[in-house]
Amino acid sequence: MTDASIHASSVHEDEASFGDFFALLKPRVMSLVVFTAFVGLMAAPVSVHPVIGFAAILFIAIGGGASGALNMWWDADIDRIMKRTKGRPIPAGKITEGEAKVFGLALSGISVIMLALASNIFAGAFLAFTIFFYVVIYTMWLKRSTPQNIVIGGAAGAFPPVIGWIAATGSMAIEPWLMFALTFMWTPPHFWALALFMRSDYDDAGVPMLTVTHGRPSTRRHILVYTGLLAALAIGTAFSGVGGPLYLAVALVLNGLFLWGAWKISRRDETDSEADDFKVERSFFKLSLLYLFLHFGAILAESLLKPYGLGGW
Amino acid sequence: MALHKEHELHKRRFSRNVGLGLILGAFVVLVLALTMVKVTSNGFQFPSELAEQN
Repeated sequence: MTDASIHASSVHEDEASFGDFFALLKPRVMSLVVFTAFVGLMAAPVSVHPVIGFAAILFIAIGGGASGALNMWWDADIDRIMKRTKGRPIPAGKITEGEAKVFGLALSGISVIMLALASNIFAGAFLAFTIFFYVVIYTMWLKRSTPQNIVIGGAAGAFPPVIGWIAATGSMAIEPWLMFALTFMWTPPHFWALALFMRSDYDDAGVPMLTVTHGRPSTRRHILVYTGLLAALAIGTAFSGVGGPLYLAVALVLNGLFLWGAWKISRRDETDSEADDFKVERSFFKLSLLYLFLHFGAILAESLLKPYGLGGW
Repeated sequence: MALHKEHELHKRRFSRNVGLGLILGAFVVLVLALTMVKVTSNGFQFPSELAEQN
């Protein structure tokens, strides 16, 4: 068969390009995974060979991407309904559900085995557990069955710094779990703010988000409570092995702003929000992105300054 | 469906093939680099040496 004589039955106009398969890995989520895993690896009290460190981060990122692909395979039905997810490769008809499943499973296996070979078996096993947690516990089980889906599912996105730390040290300590807790506690207010202004999406898809099951005023109160707990944790982390004066300054400023935003959200009702098209909720969501990036950035800065006698207490 | 030799579909398939080729090439280089780092590290021992110690 030559190029010019392909049968019409063997092709379809929307056949996937390389970029469509890349989109299946949820690149934006993967960038968070790469960054937090890198910080976990760098903050560990041992030096890692750059090649091993690079490989470890790469395979953690591929593992994260694989779980994203498996999530898209399982959630294809609701992705077709929600505005935010309609353009994903499966609902757009570029990639079939079966292709996404095989792609995700293959990458999961490759990433776990390669991380175990490149760093240590403990790190590989932990990556396998993270993929299992995100795909089976969160995507298949909790996402559609409990309004606490985001709270528990957030754990999956919080594991990468722990894996990065284990890849470097081969052991566990309290510090990576503080980084885990930071992302874990940050996830609910981040997603609930999104759910407040992406109003009908989750309703239409039948996903039991807190906004749907407990109502929007309750969601606003939940955001404030979680932000309060997050602030206590984030500032407390400043006095651990990964903290220091720079981290403390960053945490004080950001948590002050974050608490102020959460307080404003809790004092508003739907009329106020609709009047300005959810301006406060949208700016809180944007701040949440900066919040996590700068906290981890400060932990990284503390670890990079340590060799010069500047980082830490 | 008539497909000309320069159909857009071929470009998409070509992009996929080139992408996959580059990834496989990069994977080979990475495994080589990892092997070099592992076997030149101070703690490296051949399996036969480990067996003798045990």
